[in-house]
Amino acid sequence: MSRYIHVKVLRQQDPHSAERWETFSVEHEPGMNVTTVLQRIAAAPVTVEHESSTPVAFDACCLEEVCGACSMVINGRVRQACSALIDNLCADGRDTIELRPMTKFPVVRDLVVNRRRMFDALKRVKAWVQVDDYFDRGPGPRVFPKEQDEAYPLSRCMTCGCCVEACPQYHDDSPFIGAAAISQAILFNAHPTGRSAADERMEVLAGKGGIADCGNSQNCVKVCPKKIPLTDSLAKAGRDATVYKLRKWFGR
Amino acid sequence: MAKQNVVVVGGGLAGLAATMKLAEMGVHVDLISMVPVKRSHSVCAQGGINAVNDVTRQEGDNEWKHFDDSVYGGDFLAHQPPIKEMCDWGPRIIDLLDRIGVPFNRSPEGFRDQRRFGGTLYKRTAFAGATTGQQLIYALDEQARRWESEGMVSKYEYWEFLGPVLDDAGVCRGVIAQDMFSMEMRAFPADAVVLATGGNGLIFGRSTMSMICTGGAAGRAFRAGVKYANGEFMQVHPTAIPGTDKLRLMSESARGEGGRVWVPRKPQDERDPMSIPKEERYYFLEERYPKYGNLVPRDIATREIFEVCVKGGLSVEQNNLCVYLDVTELPPAQQKKLDGILEIYETFQGVDPRKTPMKIFPAVHYTMGGLWADYERDANHGGLNLGSPRNHQTNVPGIFAIGEADYQYHGANRLGANSLLSCIFSGLIVAPSIAAYMGGRKGSKDAPSTLFDGAVGVHKQQYEKLIRNDGTENPYKIHIELGDTMTRNVTVVRYNKAISETLGKIDDLMQRYQRVGLSDKSNWTNQNLSFTRALGDMLLMAKVIAQGALQRDECRGAHYKPDFEIPGPKAENPADLRREAETWCDGFQKNLDKWLKTTVATYDGKGGTGFDGKGGFKIEYEAVDTSMIPPRPRTYGLKGAEIIEEVWKERIAKAKRGPGAEKREAVGAG
Repeated sequence: MSRYIHVKVLRQQDPHSAERWETFSVEHEPGMNVTTVLQRIAAAPVTVEHESSTPVAFDACCLEEVCGACSMVINGRVRQACSALIDNLCADGRDTIELRPMTKFPVVRDLVVNRRRMFDALKRVKAWVQVDDYFDRGPGPRVFPKEQDEAYPLSRCMTCGCCVEACPQYHDDSPFIGAAAISQAILFNAHPTGRSAADERMEVLAGKGGIADCGNSQNCVKVCPKKIPLTDSLAKAGRDATVYKLRKWFGR
Repeated sequence: MAKQNVVVVGGGLAGLAATMKLAEMGVHVDLISMVPVKRSHSVCAQGGINAVNDVTRQEGDNEWKHFDDSVYGGDFLAHQPPIKEMCDWGPRIIDLLDRIGVPFNRSPEGFRDQRRFGGTLYKRTAFAGATTGQQLIYALDEQARRWESEGMVSKYEYWEFLGPVLDDAGVCRGVIAQDMFSMEMRAFPADAVVLATGGNGLIFGRSTMSMICTGGAAGRAFRAGVKYANGEFMQVHPTAIPGTDKLRLMSESARGEGGRVWVPRKPQDERDPMSIPKEERYYFLEERYPKYGNLVPRDIATREIFEVCVKGGLSVEQNNLCVYLDVTELPPAQQKKLDGILEIYETFQGVDPRKTPMKIFPAVHYTMGGLWADYERDANHGGLNLGSPRNHQTNVPGIFAIGEADYQYHGANRLGANSLLSCIFSGLIVAPSIAAYMGGRKGSKDAPSTLFDGAVGVHKQQYEKLIRNDGTENPYKIHIELGDTMTRNVTVVRYNKAISETLGKIDDLMQRYQRVGLSDKSNWTNQNLSFTRALGDMLLMAKVIAQGALQRDECRGAHYKPDFEIPGPKAENPADLRREAETWCDGFQKNLDKWLKTTVATYDGKGGTGFDGKGGFKIEYEAVDTSMIPPRPRTYGLKGAEIIEEVWKERIAKAKRGPGAEKREAVGAG
């Protein structure tokens, strides 16, 4: 006999409309994930009350947890929808899953949110290596495997937003730039060329919305789908900010 | 002086490389993308990027050998000057990526580490774990963000390209795009337009590609008059994880680091694979291709896996075709270099591939064909003349195509780790090409606003027609049926009868598409509409792919038609074997004369959306530039095919000595 999964979705037609819940029933398939469920709903958008509805709007792209697009709140926990397998979500005999948009960003429609604030934060912390030009100037600096081992995990950040969704300090009324951007600042400050702009990044980290706003709840590191050692970056940012402020105080 | 403005459509590796180079040259860029550019499909590239390096150089490697590997890998179908130039640039491009902060893996002394990839005998591939594409696009995304903060780049993310705007003279003056949130449409005037819109794997339903890879943008350019070349050449990657929504890539780097492909010799052996003794395992790639082993090019590995499962009946599972890809023997340090991809397997299959061999099967992966783009050969060195506005310009003046969206560099089969190189290379060199093109023009500002208003009006009408269409056909079901027929009949093994059936099926689907009904008729973030619109383009481009495949009666790279395969020599007796090889080489030469040609499709309607029933095109053929490396049989040291190589080499040597050489030799010998 076929098995059906009940999918409760918190929907919102546009930023000005009210939220509403809708429940769909989707036939179970082996290996199915939440993005597949949403695709099945799109193909036949009829609610459990047999009312015609519309496809649920959602963001998704690579479907293998490297692009960061499909973050949403699934059964109360923020994560990537593509790697959320139904068999794991319903392992304990449950047959209902609940989908909500992330709460820290403006809802565009249904599960689609606008994460622009995260990308703006990357601009603020100058998350790039400021090279002179793109002409041929030979290789970059020599890097030992130990340094690469430290840089690579930080460099896997997808700007997916899970860390800031889980963060109590990140909300509409707070200027906090969040763990993702702080961790990127730490990444580029450690790069042999990137660190030439270290002071400019520290100015942001030591300023309003910077590291001082971190409440050390450590939620970010728990929800990061790429297991980035965010709390290490935050701790380093705290120490570096202190040193930077002292240095500035003494005018050097 | 008015600032020059270029529209770049697509923010993957190619689009971002073009954007940052144009910005550096002082040209403002409007960067249009359906997704935040950081989420482009380039993130899915895993294994690495190829270039000759200091170590391989000392082992006898050089740029020419990389060039030769790429040409041979592509079965000679690609024009040679662009490939030569790309391989010459390889080392410089890796250096640039290194400078802008890509965390390449390192040797203990701090140099960049390299791994071996398919279709070469050298370790040319630089890599960042097994997420190299992600790391590369992040570095380029960061550079684009830097230019954005300096005002040289304006990003339009969540904007969808609807089509170019051409003036009365047929010159491109900008594009029309639509905000995917508000559904607002507007014109983006431009002095030149770059299409860096990637591949079209979604035409095959499930593939290794991302949800945005519909090829819709290329289809829209095609309808506007841009030619489309070598559509029938699609790469099917040998190793992917079967899935219900997507076939997730399992990188060639797994084999580059020493992973081995095998099946139990006993069909559907039910034992735990780890308990099957070595002698009861069939390492078919290693046995059949002793020289390249598991690292034969992708088209060959794919066919071998397909054959061993379908013809050989040796699939690991009865109802679910698959073979083992085994990295369990690798030492932990080497497994660690593959963490990025092993994690994907573990996440989606729930099995630790470090301890149990992975089950994999081929999947549609890369679009070798694409928008037709020109180049100018440098008479001195055979590569490209880099100051020429022809490089990467399509047949429509002012439209340039780069990256996976164009058809250059990979011919009939792309080598692993050459795509990241071709994307970045084409993005970097299109910038001076555009500058040269714009140098001789007045600029977009003089284009009349009526031209853009008119174009917006046409797209608005098409939008209204689609959204209001009163039909019952479900676009998602049409897409599934399209994917099924394309995957079944137009992928690894192709028969004309089956391809004809698919063409008939596509015609049916196009008819049904006219009666499509949207379940969402709202004017806000309407993904239903966006998908259905792209479906119209997928149907048209599917037809271009299938028609090209039907007409090309030969085997070349990824395009394999058993009915037109020249049977290999099999005789036991050396004299007979030789005679058979001679016949084989005759057939090979005849086939080259007939089919070593670029397929070029030209749309013969004007405009259209696929929704109005228009969709005719004609196919013509163009000569391929093989000026530097003459075509040769592509055996990759297959056991039993040595005689073919021997006979062919003799023929080439004889041809080099000139006509009448045989006679002179006979006299000399006497």
